[in-house]
Amino acid sequence: MTTADDPDQLEVQFAQWRQYVRRRPELRRSDADELEDHLRGSVDELVATGLRPDEAFLIAVKRLGRLDDLSREFAREHSDRLWKQLVLTGGSDDPVVDERSRRDLVAMVVCALGAAVSIKLPELFGLRFDQDFAFYAPNLSLFALPWLAAFLAWRRRAGPTLIGALVALFTLGAVAANGYPLAADSQSYVLTNIHLPIALWIVVGLAYLADDLRSTRRRMDFIRFTGEWFVYFVLIALGGGVLIAFTVGTFQAIGIDAEDAVTQWVLPGGMVAAVVVAGWLVEAKQSVVENIAPILTRIFTPLFTAVLLVFLAVLVWTRAGIDVEREALILFDLLLVVVLGLLLYSISARDPLAPPGPFDKLQLALVVSALVIDVLVLAEITHRISEYGTTANKAAALGENVILLVNLAWSAWLMLGFVRRRNPFAALERWQTGYLPVYAVWAWIVVLVFPPLFQHL
Amino acid sequence: MKVTKDLVAASATPMVLGILAEGESYGYAILRRINELSGGELDWTEGLLYPLLHRLERLGHVESTWQSPPGERRRKYYRITDSGLAELAEQRRQWDTVVGTLKEIWLGTGEARRFTPIPLEGPA
Repeated sequence: MTTADDPDQLEVQFAQWRQYVRRRPELRRSDADELEDHLRGSVDELVATGLRPDEAFLIAVKRLGRLDDLSREFAREHSDRLWKQLVLTGGSDDPVVDERSRRDLVAMVVCALGAAVSIKLPELFGLRFDQDFAFYAPNLSLFALPWLAAFLAWRRRAGPTLIGALVALFTLGAVAANGYPLAADSQSYVLTNIHLPIALWIVVGLAYLADDLRSTRRRMDFIRFTGEWFVYFVLIALGGGVLIAFTVGTFQAIGIDAEDAVTQWVLPGGMVAAVVVAGWLVEAKQSVVENIAPILTRIFTPLFTAVLLVFLAVLVWTRAGIDVEREALILFDLLLVVVLGLLLYSISARDPLAPPGPFDKLQLALVVSALVIDVLVLAEITHRISEYGTTANKAAALGENVILLVNLAWSAWLMLGFVRRRNPFAALERWQTGYLPVYAVWAWIVVLVFPPLFQHL
Repeated sequence: MKVTKDLVAASATPMVLGILAEGESYGYAILRRINELSGGELDWTEGLLYPLLHRLERLGHVESTWQSPPGERRRKYYRITDSGLAELAEQRRQWDTVVGTLKEIWLGTGEARRFTPIPLEGPA
């Protein structure tokens, strides 16, 4: 090494050290500056005693102590800083980060406003949000999700191919929502209302994944995103409900009826804007807030397992047949969705390398009991269908049941292997993320193929 | 000899305030000065000093400014405030009491006890 290189080398080391320090939320920029000055003072002194700069740097860093200890001491004095990161207005003091989050904020506001304006546009053609339910119900997701996808695509700097695909798929969704002559009381109409948001949400997923469509990790991130988004959306909706109640109440107190303004403007605009805002919140807070969905999972997995096991026991004990009406089938579909959700979100929060524990066995019990119940239901319903023929509703419910059943059955198999240490946890993760396209394909089939197949009934 | 952590922590505030009472200074220089004055016996860490300085600043005992003296790096300098001087006076009174008492115990009662072995408990 030549001596001429040393100062440069040293600067590189300082830069690396700075980068490392800046990752600590407890240490602010000014703290990093102060500590760097300290480090430089220490290095200068050691160099003056005859050490080479790189040696001096090593010793000085060592003297500074472990960064963990240092930041713990800082955290003790500045506990407020960790909390401030959770508050939107308490910006960081890093100009680069600030600039990025400011631009995100602007993009989010543009998309949220766009959503709010777009839902009012049909009014130009004489449609009213509180009256033309037949038009708004199937189209609702089309006023919100494209804007969320636009925000995500903007954030990920999506390429022209992806943007083209997104536009094409949302257009296809619009065609599916409005192209078929469906009566508002037909089964196909209701099915479209339910399935189009699911199909379009997975299109949002494309925007979320952007350049990494096949990566298991990224797909898992999208599953996490979905859960967090849902939690935020519910929270915003609750807050919005309180706001609306106060608005209507206070205006009533001064003799003005605000209800019309609320149902015409605040409710529709706020609803679609909240979709975008919730997405932005998840993106902005990703690394800071401990995921909420996995915590809910931990609480409810034991409870659901207990309920299902008790249900099974009662079923066997009383030998009562399951009375499978259409509603019952949908109920059991939803049950499978809940079980799958519990499974997905505990997978998403789990360290794939951790050995199997009691919670994994509990989860296996949950999945197996749900499967047993579902097989009983399925046997009953196929019997019914073969007897009375099928309808759009029954076909959709049955299809979903089969899809979920296949997913959970193979999941149970993989979990059994994992609990018995036959296969790694990653296999289960891969299976779940690989299954995502199946939901998308099925949702699109229901939306696009079912109406003509069942003669628009 | 190593001064225990508790004692270092307890004495850190009056020491820092005392050094700053001599004139404004910055972190590294304060650490050097402590090291110098204690003959290297007091082992202060950066994890002790900087959070302490920040706490004193929050309490209003010191104030800080970023300065770049000619020919030197930009540094964060700390200056003692009036409230800091008052705090220092108060701390000095308390430490004088503690040190005075210890001196009385160890030296005041006479040289004779210095060589008296401390009796062990239990039967000899």
